[in-house]
Order: sequence, then C-alpha cells, then structure tokens
Amino acid sequence: MSGQAKSGKGRRRIAVLVGVLMVLGAFGYLLYGGIGDNLVYFLTPTELLARGESAYDAPVRLGGQVVPGTVQWDPDALDLRFRLTDGAEIVEVHSTGAPPQMFRDGIGVVVEGRFTRSGVFESTNLMVKHSNEYRAPHDMEKPEEMYRTLIREGGGQ
Amino acid sequence: MIRIVGYAALVVALPVALWGVVTAVLGVRRRRPDLIRSAESAAFVNFWLLTASNLAMVYGLLARDFSISYVARVGSWSTPNFIAAISLWSALEGSILFWGWVLATYTALAVWLYRGRFGDLMPYATATMLGVGAFFYLLLVGPANPFGLVSPAPPDGPGPNPLLQNHILMAVHPPLLYLGYVGMTVPFAFAAGALLSGRLDAEWIRATRRWTVVAWTFLTLAIVAGMWWSYEVLGWGGYWAWDPVENASFMPWLTATAYLHSTMVQERRNMLRTWNLTLIMSTFVLTILGTFLTRSGVITSVHAFTEGTIGIYFLVFIAAVLLFSGVLLAGRADELKSVGTLDSPLSRETVFLFNNLLFSAFTFTVLLGTLFPLVAEALRGVRVSVGAPFFNRMTLPIALALLLLMAYGPLLPWRKGRREDILRRSIVPTVALVVVGAASLLFLTRNLTAVLVFGLCAAVLAATAYEFVVGTRARMRAKGEGALVAFGRLVTGNRRRYGGYLAHVGIALMAVGIAASSTFKVEAEGTVRPGEGVAIGEYMVVLREVWAAEESHRFVVGADLSVERAGREVGKLAPRLNFYRNQSEPITTPAVRSRLDGDLYVNLMAFERDGSSATLRVLLEPLVPWIWIGGFVVAFGSFWAVLPPRRRRLRFDEAGGLLLDESEDDVGPAVRAPAAAAGRGA
Repeated sequence: MSGQAKSGKGRRRIAVLVGVLMVLGAFGYLLYGGIGDNLVYFLTPTELLARGESAYDAPVRLGGQVVPGTVQWDPDALDLRFRLTDGAEIVEVHSTGAPPQMFRDGIGVVVEGRFTRSGVFESTNLMVKHSNEYRAPHDMEKPEEMYRTLIREGGGQ
Repeated sequence: MIRIVGYAALVVALPVALWGVVTAVLGVRRRRPDLIRSAESAAFVNFWLLTASNLAMVYGLLARDFSISYVARVGSWSTPNFIAAISLWSALEGSILFWGWVLATYTALAVWLYRGRFGDLMPYATATMLGVGAFFYLLLVGPANPFGLVSPAPPDGPGPNPLLQNHILMAVHPPLLYLGYVGMTVPFAFAAGALLSGRLDAEWIRATRRWTVVAWTFLTLAIVAGMWWSYEVLGWGGYWAWDPVENASFMPWLTATAYLHSTMVQERRNMLRTWNLTLIMSTFVLTILGTFLTRSGVITSVHAFTEGTIGIYFLVFIAAVLLFSGVLLAGRADELKSVGTLDSPLSRETVFLFNNLLFSAFTFTVLLGTLFPLVAEALRGVRVSVGAPFFNRMTLPIALALLLLMAYGPLLPWRKGRREDILRRSIVPTVALVVVGAASLLFLTRNLTAVLVFGLCAAVLAATAYEFVVGTRARMRAKGEGALVAFGRLVTGNRRRYGGYLAHVGIALMAVGIAASSTFKVEAEGTVRPGEGVAIGEYMVVLREVWAAEESHRFVVGADLSVERAGREVGKLAPRLNFYRNQSEPITTPAVRSRLDGDLYVNLMAFERDGSSATLRVLLEPLVPWIWIGGFVVAFGSFWAVLPPRRRRLRFDEAGGLLLDESEDDVGPAVRAPAAAAGRGA
C-alpha cells in the first residue's frame, strides 16, 4: 500500500522534473536566440568595413572622430550628415535630430544605428564620447568664455 | 592630522573584525560566553571606528584638506559645502568607506538587538557579518585606501563627478542603495548562522524576513530614486535603459522579492527550506557582484578591470562566498528536506512556486544580458553590448505573468480550497480585467501589451480593494464595529498582510505608469528662434530667451520657455545645460512640468552662441508621476508590514480561516505545528 503510494509519488516527481527541465530548456533556447538577435557590436570604421556583407543592416555602435569640415547640419530639417574616421577608414553618417551641444569637428563620437547598402551609416542615436577621465577644458573651450555674450545683465539668476 | 585619524581607525578595524570572527566561532565551539561577548564588543567597537573614519573623511572634504588622496581627487574650493560633504560617495574609495560604515552600523545593530537569542545561531551570524566587514576593511586599508597621502598637497582639486553635483537626488539615491545592498548582509549572516549551528527551525526565519523587508524597502526606494534621477538629469526622457549599473541594483531586488514571497511558504507549510536559504545567499552574492560590476570599471571594458586591483579582490571574495554558501547548503542537505507537500494546484503555495519560478527566470535573464558582454570580450575579444530589445522582449512576458499572479494569487487559499469559493472570489478581479482591458482596447490603443498591463493592473487593484472590503465586513459582522474602526483595526491588526497588499498596489501603479509612458510617448524636436515654438499635442512650447549665468562651481546656459495651450500661457519652463569646471561636456538638466496625468518634458539640446536660436527636444509622457508615486506606495506598504507587531491580537479559528487567520507575525511554532503535521498526513 505504502510502496504503491511511494512509486506513484516517485513517478509524479519524475514527471515534475521532466516538466521543469523542458520549461528550462525552452527558456534557455529563447534566451539564446534573443541575445543573438540583439547583440550590438562596438566597431570602428575599419572593423565595420572589414565585415563585408555582414556589416549591413545589423545594429552597430560605431566609434570614431568627426572628420573636420565634413559636418552638414540643417537646423530647420534637423538633418545631420558628417564623416567618421578612426584614422584609417572613413564612413559617412546620417542622422536626424539635433546633435549634442558639444558636437563639433574632430570630436570623438559614438553613433548607434545600421550601415545601409547605400554606404551611409543611418544613426538613430549620437553620443559625444564619454571619457571617465575628467579633464579641465582648455582656455579656448571654457564655456564662460565661449558664451559670455549670453550672460544676463546683473549676473543672471 | 585628520588623515591619520581616519586611516588609523580603519587599520584598527580590520584586526578587530578578524578578532571578532575568531572569538565568536571559538566561543560557540568551546562554550565560552566570555569569548562570544568579546565578539559582540568587536562589532560595537567597529561601529565607532568606522563612524570616526567616515567623520574624518567628511571633515577632510569640508576643510578641503587636499593632502588626503580622496579629497584631492573629488574636492574643490568652488564646490558648495553640501556637495563637498556628499562627495563621500562620489567615487570608488569614498563609497567603499561609506559602505563600510553602513555595514558596521547594521552589524552592531543586529548584534545589539539579537545578542543572546537564537542559541548558537547568533555567534555564527556575528562572525559572518564581521567576516564580510573584514573584507571591506581590507579593501580600505589596501587597494581602496581613501586616506592616502598627497605631498605636497595641491592648492585645489577638480571637484566631484559633475553628474553627482547636478541633482539633489544624488544626495539620496546612493545612501538608499547602500542601505539596501548592505542590509542584505544581515539575512545572509542569519542564513549562514542557521546552517553553521544547525538551528534550522522557524524562529530565526522571522527575524531574517524582517531584516530582508527593511533592506528590500531601501533597495526599492533606491531603484525608484535612480530611475527618477536618470529621468531628471540624463535628458533622454526615459528612466530605465537596462544599463549594467541599473541591472546591478535590480538583480538582488528580484531575488529578495522572490524570497519575501517564498518565506511565507516555509513559515506556513514548512516547505522550500533549501530554496529560501539559496535565495538569501544569492541575493547577497548579487549585491557583491553588483558592487564589483559598478566599482571595478569592468563594465567600460574588461581591460579597465585588469588595470585596477580592486576587481581581483571582489572576484576572489565572490568565489569565496559562493563556495562557503555551497558547502554549507550541501552539508545540511539531509536536514533541509521539505516536510510539507503540495495539496492542490489551486493553492497559495502553488502560486508562490510560480512566483519564484518567474522571479528566478527574470533574474537569470537580466544576469545573462548583463554578463554576456564581459564574457564575450574576455573570450572572443569583441566588444558587444546587449541591446535593450533583448531585455524588453524576454522580461515582458515574465512581468505580465507576475501581474497575473498578483491579481489572483492572494485570492487562493493555503493548502486546498473549495472550487466554488475560488470562483466566487475571482469574480471581482476578472470583471476589472475584462472591463478595463476591453475599454483600453476600444478607446486607447491597439498595443496588446499595454492593454494587458492596464487590464491586469486593474485586476490587481480590484482584487486588493476587495480583500480590504471583505476583511472589514467580516470584522464588522464578527465584532459589531463600525466600518472605519473595523478597517483601521484590520490593517493595524495584520500589518504584514495588508502592508504586503499595499506594496502590490504600488507595483501595479508603477506598471501602469511605465506602460502608459512607453506606449503613448510623443516626441517633437525643433530649432527655434525667440518667439517661435515647438508644437506637441495640445501644447506649444515657445522660446523666450537664451541666457547664461556664472555660478561658483559651474556655468549655466538656459532657455526660458513658456508653455501655451490654446494660445494661453499655462506655465514656464527653463531647461539648462550645466558646464562644470572639470568636464568640457555639459550636463543636461531638462525641465519637467509634472501633472498627475503626465509630464511635459523639455530638454535643451543645443543653442547658438549669440542666443539667436535654440534646439529643443520636447516629450509628452503620460502618467510618468505614477511611477514615483507607486514607488513610495510600495515603500510605505513594506514599512507598514515590518512595524513592530501589536501585543494584543485577535485570532479567528478555521471558520474565519482564510481572511483573518493570517496574523503570521505572532504565529509561533505552536500554532503552526498542527498545520505542518496535517500537511504530512495529507
């Protein structure tokens, strides 16, 4: 009697174990696929162009410097084009929306987006490169010098 | 001078902590109460030592004593005093110092409250807490020493991280986070103490649960404050980005939440004992892992980590804790066998099991997404990040399932209930779910996720309200009290239960806020001249003037805006860009017009040097304030739940069973024993 109950219990236990394993397996499979589809590679222009066919239409973070003299900014259409370089290769970048205040020639930026078959990197997000090293601005780029004209009479607020 | 005081206190604290570990263990093994008392004294002495060391650092920061290495790193004459003081947690060494103080305080408090109780458990728990403390004091004396000597002392320093200076929430968020993180050490120590002493009965579980609730509440508040800070400062209009730093705080929250639910199964049915200990220990490991991730620089790059030494210490410590926990659990495996069994698939126990399964899956998903880039870089040398869509897609179904459990779980009885009772009690949440879901679908959105969230949250709120109403009514009938008196006595008489429900309400409010703001967010951007405006929804945001001002520690460029609706001004906003002296990149400071139905959020993106135009990013985000309100409701509910229980307590027998017989706080083993016995029999 009790032996029977025990084997019934044992069978149920195995069934539960198999169920749990199946759920875990399915979940693991989903995770694996999900992570593969959503990996964003951090690349330089050289690395991007070296990827050949697989460079296109995959989410990428592209880091480099803005090539001086290539920035075309249309403030009314909020349309921005510039070239990005790592010193070796150059990639043309297009984005919509205003760039951050510090965006300018020669600065390091990271753009997030996709490289399209037209050879232009379509950016959805543009970040001026953060460095964790705090660096006092050079005299030339001190905001109080750059924007002195904006200071309100009487010291502002 | 003050540098020597601060450092000396740390140098003494390390051997004192080690002494405490040794005496506590020896005291309990050799039955020497004098040694145990010595260990307790070690905990108190360390509290004073760490207090002294932290005060020394705050003094150094305020006095701008740049001969102290940490002050030289984060101090500056131009920084206002308040910000100078809170710079204590603005960088690695200071934050570890502050961490050490919080840990010493918790340790002393736990020892003081529970000394002499729980038999052999307490000395072992004391040893564990002091052992964890010793690790942090070792960091402070060695690789993370904040009191290094800088000679000659520089005349001025760079000031703290601009992000810390920019918003008042940075005075609140880190301490809350440490109170939450470090607080998880106490439950861990109790669990270790229970395993080491073999006292695996239910008594200590109650104390552990209380401590976990307290730490969990701080952690909840810290996470909400962090979201709020991100929203108020970072300027992208969002509050959660699945950033590794955010994930680091979220993972222990998930496991602690799982524990708070599954511990009820243990208290009621004496099941899941091994699992509960595993959850406590995982939570602690995840707090240390989180500190490692956020403080070792490993996130920016695996290579940054190998340059610093502190990462190695953390990895060794994490490995040691995992080994310690694993050995302890394995050693007591036989004694931890569950006593109770599941009686019915439609029972509270089953819901808690699913709850735990979901929270574990949630934690695992976040952990995988957070660690994957580190592993990929270490093994394959590629730099990748796991995109937010991964987290959103994987965790959304889990979150929806949790909302479903939140709505129906509290309705199910323990053990086994009658089917018709369960059906009757499910009517209210089901009606709410269907009505609100259908209404959202018809009038609001075709976004099924949002529809589900609104419907499920309505079900949670309705089910919770129903519980309050039924409980009040039962009291009115049984005791002949008026409605208000009955309600008041109900919620004060069973704080744990109704506090928990209140926490559920808060989570539902947060879920509504998150779903609404991400589904109905409207965004507009434009470059405008003074007098022109950016139109969004029913509003027009008109630029009046671009201005600048010099402050002692920063230079500010702002835009004065007026918010117009139907041609009439309804408000003013002034988003700013703050330029700090130690960083050329400005910190955005968006301006938010917050109403209960949503926020109008404006960020100053860029401006012309002569003030002739400014580029504005404007967002309409419905119901965002409910995320913060929900967070406070959660915190209030859980604080309510751990308030000291009232002495006088009413009990009802099985007839009133489900509704009123859950005054767990004072339900000792005597009351639970028959239930457990019955569980065995069934």
